[in-house]
Amino acid sequence: MTDFKFNKFYKTGNILSIILVFISVIFLSFKGLNYGVDFKGGTLIELRVIDKNYNITNVRDVFNSLNLKGVSVKKFGNETDYIIKFQTEDLNNPNFINNIKSNIEKKNGNIFEYRRVENVGPKVSKELLKSGIIAISLSLLAMLIYIWIRFEWQFSLGAILALFHDVILTLGIFSIFSLEINLSIVAAVLTIVGYSMNDTVVIYDRVRDNLKKYSDIKIYELSNISINETLSRTIITSVTTLLALFSIFFFGGAILKGFSLAMILGVIFGTYSSIYIACPLLVNLKVTQKTILKEDK
Amino acid sequence: MLYFSKLRIISILLFTITLSFFTVLNFIKLENSFLQKKINLGLDLQGGSYLLLEIDNEPVIKQKLQSKLLDIRKLSKTENLQIKNLKLDNNVIYFETTSLLRDKVEKLFEKDDSDINPYYQNFKSHELNLSIEENLFILSFSDYGLVLLKNSTLDQAIEIVRRRVDELGTNEPNIVKRGNDRILVELPGLDDPARIKNLLGKTANLTFQFVSKSSEESFGTQTLKYDEDDELEEIVSKRVILSGENLLDAKPSMNNETNETVVVFNLDRVGAKKFAKATSKGVGRQLAIVLDNKIISAPTISEAIVAGSGQISGDFTFQSATDLALLLRSGALPAPLNIIEERTVGPDLGKDSIKAGIISLIIGFILVILFMIYKYRIFGLIANIALIINLILLVGILTILEATLTLPGIAGIILTVGMAVDANVLIFERIKEETLREKNKIIAFDSGYTKSRTTILDANITTLIATIILFFMGSGPIKGFSITLGIGILTTLFTVYFIARLLTSVIVLRNKEKEKII
Repeated sequence: MTDFKFNKFYKTGNILSIILVFISVIFLSFKGLNYGVDFKGGTLIELRVIDKNYNITNVRDVFNSLNLKGVSVKKFGNETDYIIKFQTEDLNNPNFINNIKSNIEKKNGNIFEYRRVENVGPKVSKELLKSGIIAISLSLLAMLIYIWIRFEWQFSLGAILALFHDVILTLGIFSIFSLEINLSIVAAVLTIVGYSMNDTVVIYDRVRDNLKKYSDIKIYELSNISINETLSRTIITSVTTLLALFSIFFFGGAILKGFSLAMILGVIFGTYSSIYIACPLLVNLKVTQKTILKEDK
Repeated sequence: MLYFSKLRIISILLFTITLSFFTVLNFIKLENSFLQKKINLGLDLQGGSYLLLEIDNEPVIKQKLQSKLLDIRKLSKTENLQIKNLKLDNNVIYFETTSLLRDKVEKLFEKDDSDINPYYQNFKSHELNLSIEENLFILSFSDYGLVLLKNSTLDQAIEIVRRRVDELGTNEPNIVKRGNDRILVELPGLDDPARIKNLLGKTANLTFQFVSKSSEESFGTQTLKYDEDDELEEIVSKRVILSGENLLDAKPSMNNETNETVVVFNLDRVGAKKFAKATSKGVGRQLAIVLDNKIISAPTISEAIVAGSGQISGDFTFQSATDLALLLRSGALPAPLNIIEERTVGPDLGKDSIKAGIISLIIGFILVILFMIYKYRIFGLIANIALIINLILLVGILTILEATLTLPGIAGIILTVGMAVDANVLIFERIKEETLREKNKIIAFDSGYTKSRTTILDANITTLIATIILFFMGSGPIKGFSITLGIGILTTLFTVYFIARLLTSVIVLRNKEKEKII
């Protein structure tokens, strides 16, 4: 078994986390998130240029000449693939997309291969955003309840703080780098919630076991012992999970990039927070053997 | 924990073999229809169109209240209620009566078996809410009345949508209700939904009305524009000679004399009679053929049409004539439909996604397997066998459920691969700790399993909670992710506690004398 002094850096870790959360919150509240068409509404077209000499400026020119509002053009995965987004003018006009396609063909000939078209009306996007927020809030609430039933309140507080920490930091990074938030990111965040909780619970279970066993060791030491005892598992599991996630990130195609990136961040933050948020909190709340024995009665 | 009875071993094997069989079904063709189970590919993988339609209920509500207005007027006559100032404003009906009759009117609207304001006996709520200010009666739809109206509109609309989509002959369309005013249409393999959007976007209310040169018609007149040209318009009598309801059949055809594409229609008996009467009276007049308040054409009647069939001309191409005939055959929608969400994935992107998904699954899988063997040697191998069986079981269950596999769903499977080893790792690590204290290998392994059980349950339940919430809140592809991840957790627990433990027990019982086995 390893004997790293994680507890020596509890304070440093806490300060670092507070700073990072602070920065994330600043970015989230002032810069906000870069919502995709799922949550903002509008039209998205994924296309592949047939002529390899066509570059991003050419593609942008083609779409800018169409009098569409809020056009944005981005490379997507491959060299030849682009995502074009703009505000939808009239979702109910059945020929809306076809008019765009035929206008392009008239002016420039057959230059694009259309791979995907998404049109989300304002009503649906608002609902999707709302249900996304509800889903994340519900999952946090469900975790709180579960952990409250399974552990003492000090533990629940620690686990939930760690969860918030992970979710806020992940979203913070998405805000800082203007990465797109779409439906799959919501799925990623929910999975992060599950993973982070999972990771914290494993250490907490050990802390509780050890609290029962040793009445003379202070929680400051005891939490460090528990972290070390479970460290091997923590590392192996995060490595295998990350292996799977990196494999999706690099080989799973452009559509899953955002999802796997969010998950990768979440797993890293989740592993970190179990050690540097969840455990120090138990120390700060002065958890002792009595804390858990009281509950058992 | 290490002991397995024969019965248990057999049932584990049976369970595994059965599910593996279903997994294999995905890759072979069978004649037996009961066993024709397969995992469906989501639209994002096989390509196709997804349309979410919302019914605009406003006209239906208005129409219903208007007919209610007529009913009230009739009731007032038969019961002598002296109702006056009856009007409809902003979907609310107002009327007044005298103070003498006030109670009688109230009773008519509020009694349990009211005819004019029904539903109370079935639903404990009237169709309309009534409030009275002195002698002024105010009626508006109750929540329940509105829900029932919306539901019946939705039922009619979905039937018409189904007919229109079926007529197009697309491959296995999926048409389902969403809430009480939405219809979801999924059309696998369709990469250009423009035509179907055109067809679904039309209410297809067909009427025949006389063009009236003077605006003094007893039924009143309205000015309608031509479908082809917004500039042209015609004053048309409000009296409807014939409507689309009386149509039996319609199909595109060629008029041999004019060499034009036309739509030929047949009328039912009632319609034929009406049409014959109107056309015989109106020889020489123009009869406007109106679709959704736009005039298609307004030919002059040259002779009475008594055969119960006729043709519509109007600058059609063969395609547009086919579509009009299709709309007329399938009937009118009870209310307009708005397209509020549309997603179309081309077949190439779908294929690319499948390829990318499978490649990343294989790579992720190999990496995890190598890592586990490096970390745990023989026990790593056990964990890996459990992992492979885990995948087979997962696919087997998805097959039995005939679940829909989406791209995020594949991500869920890959994630399962990464996270599934967690339980075995927890157990192996615990066993390692136990072997430090306990000389007897069997006891050490046993307590390793026992002591890690709560942790494993806790850890998996938390993930399962997140998945369940995702399942109920998520839409389409995301649902696919939650299904694979959720079932993945269950199969993981099964393989860890039955397959991996069974294998572990075999190894431990054989090597119990060895100094170090894990």
